[in-house]
Amino acid sequence: MIPEIGHFALILALLLALVQAIPPLIGAHRGNATLMAVARPAAQGQFLFVAIAYGCLAYSFLVNDFSVANVARNSFSQLPAVYRFAASWGSHEGSILLWALILALWTTAVTIWSRHLPEDMSARVIGVMGLVSFGFLLFILVASNPFARLFPAPMDGSDLNPLLQDPGMVFHPPMLYMGYVGFSVAFAFAIAALLSGKMDVAWARWSRPWTAVAWVFLSIGITGGSWWAYNELGWGGWWFWDPTENASFMPWLAGTALLHSLAATEKRGAFKNWTVLLAILAFSMSLVGTFLVRSGVLSSVHAFATDPTRGIFILGFLGVVIGGSLTLFAFRAAKMPTGGSFTWFSRESLLLANNVVLVAALGAVLLGTLYPLFMDALGMGKISVGPPYFNSVFVPLITPLLFLMGVGPLARWKQASLPGMAKQLRVALAVAATTGVLVSLVSGSFKPMVSFGVALAAWIVITIYLGFAERLKYIGGEKLPALLKIPRGFWGMQMAHLGLAWVLAGITLVSGLETERNVKMNIGDTTHLAGYDFTFQGISPFEGPNYRAARGNIEVASGGKQLFVLHPQKRIYNASGMPMTEAAIDYGFTRDVYVALGDELDNGAWTVRVFHKPFINWLWIGGFFLVLGGVLAASDRRYRIALRGAEQPAVVPQGAQA
Amino acid sequence: MKRWIPLLIFVALAGFLYVGLHRDPREVPSPFIGKPAPAFTLPVVGQPGKTFSPSDYKGKVWLLNVWAPWCVSCRQEHPVLMQLAQAGIVPIVGLNWKDKDREAEALLARLGSPYTAVADDVGGQTGINYGVTGTPETYVIDKKGIIRMKHIGIINEEAWQTKFVPLLKELNQ
Repeated sequence: MIPEIGHFALILALLLALVQAIPPLIGAHRGNATLMAVARPAAQGQFLFVAIAYGCLAYSFLVNDFSVANVARNSFSQLPAVYRFAASWGSHEGSILLWALILALWTTAVTIWSRHLPEDMSARVIGVMGLVSFGFLLFILVASNPFARLFPAPMDGSDLNPLLQDPGMVFHPPMLYMGYVGFSVAFAFAIAALLSGKMDVAWARWSRPWTAVAWVFLSIGITGGSWWAYNELGWGGWWFWDPTENASFMPWLAGTALLHSLAATEKRGAFKNWTVLLAILAFSMSLVGTFLVRSGVLSSVHAFATDPTRGIFILGFLGVVIGGSLTLFAFRAAKMPTGGSFTWFSRESLLLANNVVLVAALGAVLLGTLYPLFMDALGMGKISVGPPYFNSVFVPLITPLLFLMGVGPLARWKQASLPGMAKQLRVALAVAATTGVLVSLVSGSFKPMVSFGVALAAWIVITIYLGFAERLKYIGGEKLPALLKIPRGFWGMQMAHLGLAWVLAGITLVSGLETERNVKMNIGDTTHLAGYDFTFQGISPFEGPNYRAARGNIEVASGGKQLFVLHPQKRIYNASGMPMTEAAIDYGFTRDVYVALGDELDNGAWTVRVFHKPFINWLWIGGFFLVLGGVLAASDRRYRIALRGAEQPAVVPQGAQA
Repeated sequence: MKRWIPLLIFVALAGFLYVGLHRDPREVPSPFIGKPAPAFTLPVVGQPGKTFSPSDYKGKVWLLNVWAPWCVSCRQEHPVLMQLAQAGIVPIVGLNWKDKDREAEALLARLGSPYTAVADDVGGQTGINYGVTGTPETYVIDKKGIIRMKHIGIINEEAWQTKFVPLLKELNQ
């Protein structure tokens, strides 16, 4: 009964999505306030019904209703409750429903925090989001119904993919989807601006905090996904350039470009067309990412459902959404005046460089991801593109960007003075070079990439310091109160840049200095790596809730002193019989010690993989600052004023903020 | 005109995606089909001093199954191969590929071996000569030592019935 309620709620949500889209868009076109007023209640109703549908699905998973095909395929009675809940989005059908739920959630958020917008603008934004919702709900009902029943019902389910049975899996997809789908708001704003023909700077200001919040979620999702891969996959890597990872990385690159371009549009009225295009691009990349992962055109480690009818539907949907928006762009963009003049060396020109590099990097990732498909479609044979391509293309592309990241925030709008900045930059360059040399002295070996990468990170950090110093000089007075007067937008930018510098340092150090060893160990054997002694003390059996495991006992000592014991596991999941490696990690600020079990040999001997990973945690620490920066930027005072202005329009007029 | 460029790029991309939808990303044509199976002589796992080479099986139709102890999918394929071996339809030779940890013998002793012989390709060179793209992969080799088919991925019931059975029938005539 419950699954049928869910199915019915989905049909109602589909109809409400139409109501949310069509009358408000017509109303906005004709200036009819009654029709425009339909948008908010319809959107909120749509959210309610999608939420009911999702609740029914989650309930079916929690009570182990194996008569629902989706539950039978992706759950198992012995699965712990939290993973049964997570399994509701672990399947293809469930994850698309989660997509629709999150889209409805974002739309509802827009209905609440858009009261300060002109009525036709908010009606168009909500209407455009309604059209997207309609497409997704139709896809669910036509091609991937999560409530389809099985008859006769199986006695038990076939279990959630063991790879996905990790705390990371509980949070990772919802975060990623919050980011993906969040770009739909910026997209809807851009389309609304195109439809209205009013491409003033207002739409950029309105969509900026939304874009920042979506970007924050996507950043959390990607960082978390990388952490999950590192912890769960048992081979010590943290990024594989897998198509599924690229699918989340491409919208991130487009979203990052969009954030920077929005700043230039809002503050200076520059790059209006370009910003609109980036808003379309960011959401398009989210849709393309969904298509790539869900249609099975590319096989990947993650290898989800592969079903050509679904692929055709998503591709058709892509064609309507992306093709339609780009056609609209082609007709409308030409009409808009481009504002704001600037010289070749200015904040604007540097932001433009940032945009060009990010889009080029996005193009390189897209090309690498789709290259096998292009070659195959042209009948030129099957090939695969791996990390060597991505590393050799992406790194040189992104390096100038990281260099410019030091210059951009110091440059003035419109016209910056190169001689004026030269003094600051010379200091930064000297500090960066010194750091690079110090790194090779401390680590005891000269590795050009390591020194260069750390020097680049130092360069960014120093210029952040210089940026703050200049701000303080400008504000004047005591340092500490002055620091608090600096707007959160500036803090956010600098925190995000600091985070990226931190990530960069982490990546360079771990890639250059990590060591690993793959050894056969008898009980009592000791192996040495990076100053640590690992002693294998045998295996004890271990019973998990839905798996059996061999649990290794590995004592780690250094300099004759016992430090800690690690317990890596080799699991066999009861339902699927699938073996899984569960690594054991001792975390540290400057290094991780990572141990994974290989396979059992004779007489209790095992193959054991030990890794020493210097500074790997800097990746996630940097990720934290990146996210913090996004949060600060999104919560800048001007946006809060805009919201309060909505409640008290008489006190703070719209657009009063700079 | 400039404003139409993004749309044109997208249309081209969508075209490729459409074509890509109708292709199986795991279907890889092998240039080795119809060619003689590359010769090799490798030690046999678990039988010190013994070697295997394809010429030993001249006059027989046989399967060369590329697998490895570290390969999860091979573990899933294992019961299917066991059934085939018990039915005695066709001799299956294993190519133990890049088994750097030397685990194959213990593993087969524990799970049972579907193979008439397992050639030990620890360096992976023989696999490369055969154009192995991953494990498991299975080659059908005819009486004259010609590669007639290559199957990528797990042999399941459907693949066995549709791809292997008709070909083996034809080759054994």
